[in-house]
Amino acid sequence: MRKAIQSHATEFALLAVIAIISLFLSIITDRFFSLGNAFDLLNISSVNIIFAVGLLVVLIAGGIDISFAVAASVVQYVTAILLGWMGGGSWMSGLIIAGGLGILLGAINAFLIHKFRIISIVATIATFNIFFGLLMFFTRGVSIYNLPDWLTTRVILFEHEMADGSWIEITLPVLVMFICVVATWLFITRTTTGRQLYAFGDNPEGARRFGINTGAMQFIAFGWLGLMAGIAGLIQAHYAQEVVPNALYGRELDVLAAVVLGGARLGGGKGSVLGCVLGVLLISITQNGLNLAGVSPFAFKMIVGAIILVAITLSNTNIEKLLPFMRQDGGRK
Amino acid sequence: MTAIVNRTRAFLGPEMAGPGFALFAVLLFFSLASPQFLSRATFGSVAFQLPELGLLTLAMLLPVLTGGLNLAITFTANIAGLTVAWVLQQNGGVDAGPFAFLLGCVLGIGVGALSGVVMGLVIAYTRAHPILVSLSMMIFLRGLGEFLTRGGDVSGFPAFLQPLGHGSILGFPVPLIIFVGCVAIWHLLLTRMKLGFNTYMIGSNIEAARYSGVNTRKVLVLVYTLSGAMCAIAGIIMLARFNSVRVGHGESYLLITVLACFLGGVNPFGGFGRVIPVFVALVVLQLLASGLNLMGANQHLATAVWGILLIGVMILRFAAGHLKFLKRKKG
Repeated sequence: MRKAIQSHATEFALLAVIAIISLFLSIITDRFFSLGNAFDLLNISSVNIIFAVGLLVVLIAGGIDISFAVAASVVQYVTAILLGWMGGGSWMSGLIIAGGLGILLGAINAFLIHKFRIISIVATIATFNIFFGLLMFFTRGVSIYNLPDWLTTRVILFEHEMADGSWIEITLPVLVMFICVVATWLFITRTTTGRQLYAFGDNPEGARRFGINTGAMQFIAFGWLGLMAGIAGLIQAHYAQEVVPNALYGRELDVLAAVVLGGARLGGGKGSVLGCVLGVLLISITQNGLNLAGVSPFAFKMIVGAIILVAITLSNTNIEKLLPFMRQDGGRK
Repeated sequence: MTAIVNRTRAFLGPEMAGPGFALFAVLLFFSLASPQFLSRATFGSVAFQLPELGLLTLAMLLPVLTGGLNLAITFTANIAGLTVAWVLQQNGGVDAGPFAFLLGCVLGIGVGALSGVVMGLVIAYTRAHPILVSLSMMIFLRGLGEFLTRGGDVSGFPAFLQPLGHGSILGFPVPLIIFVGCVAIWHLLLTRMKLGFNTYMIGSNIEAARYSGVNTRKVLVLVYTLSGAMCAIAGIIMLARFNSVRVGHGESYLLITVLACFLGGVNPFGGFGRVIPVFVALVVLQLLASGLNLMGANQHLATAVWGILLIGVMILRFAAGHLKFLKRKKG
């Protein structure tokens, strides 16, 4: 147990913080600690979690991506138009189109990064501007509301009436999120390619000398994020029942903050799916709890920002360093 | 003569090749494509649009040179603008005097610098990644601003602020004069002062800088403080230009300032980069936007073209590096 805590310090710290915040919120509000609220939280967070696990893979491989949320907007829009041309389609065709487009946009990033040795942050800031600029130029900012029926109908996979008459339900986004999380977890911890991604992120040159195909690593990492972004874009369209070209603009930085809060390291080689999911959940739980506690919604971001700032300050500082009298000679660094 | 050429070359630096080439290409392309391009109106509009993005880019430049990033720039500018607006409103709103404005500016720059101090301290003392620290500061400041303004506009400023955003002195727009002044300060800071030298040292190799006796923590805190103060100046100019303050004004500039830095030849890992090429890169970006506007395209297409330009310059640099590499092998 001790070993498990030491090797998964971030995850346990996050769990502890989530537990403390939840405890606090369930005392000051009567609605927070209910199954219904927990399910609402999952429904709301699913799109962000799908984005987050995709971004995690890129961070593990030592890259960073700014363009994925805008890429998801492009995917949404193009998918909606293609489905319109096809005269409807179904979930299957929607997922194939969205996933394929997402992978294509991710591959563009990977191509620029690998072929021309452009640093990933530079390449993705460039593609961010290209994707967003072209999307707004061609769409003129017009939203699409007449989506196919199958896409906008709420799919309730599980519902149950609670004793107090309220309903709890699990909707399609949660199922998709669950599949994406499990798939990413299997991919990065249970496959050789996943191991190679960690190695590549930790030490690209070492990985190359070891015989790992570095180009393939870039394409796999950014392709995976592209796939997740495409799926998340489709699910967001399903959830919001509309396609608004700039709806996801700005989401990339929020997701990035959540993923890094979950223990992924900018620079590569570190990060886990559990931590990443907990990072997103911590932020949603805080927002949800503040909402239930009657705090003005305008203050959410301020409090969330302050929490992240404090969290990273503490997680990067050994407690002993802050308390001089506890410092011991010859201790760990 | 050669001395002058050498002086100029040293002044411009090796980073000048990319943006210089881009400037030439943009001028050539648009003057061929559109007869109205080489006119007073074009350059006038560029001169008025340049300062907002330019001042924010200067604020981004210093942290990037240390190998960091300051993602909080736009919202720091907003919060500083709000501070100025608050001081003006406390002193009579439309009837506020110049003294109230000066006080507001001092307080606003102080607030901007304070956000920089906090970020600098966290980055310097915990070694947390600057992207993450400035990101959380950005989320915090956005929330603070939205909380204070409830997402609305703050307006109603005295008339003497108008010239600051729209006036001209001897034909030069006032915002441009302020911006060029700030460029000069940044240039002197980076080329003539110890702080500038240490900034480059830290960007190249922070451990080596520390071992050679540089107080890296102090330098980092100062760099982010200056960055925050520069954001505040941008915020004050934005206040005068729009005649209102709104949290989210200029938000879309955030990633474009990074783009402008990289286009200006700044090394993403820090340590290399100069102010003048970045300035030229900014002029290129604005000329592109104005030129495309003349040809009937909108700002969004310009954004896309900016991205393409960045990739183009990066690919050219890659190709140039490759050619040099081949040459050396042969020789």
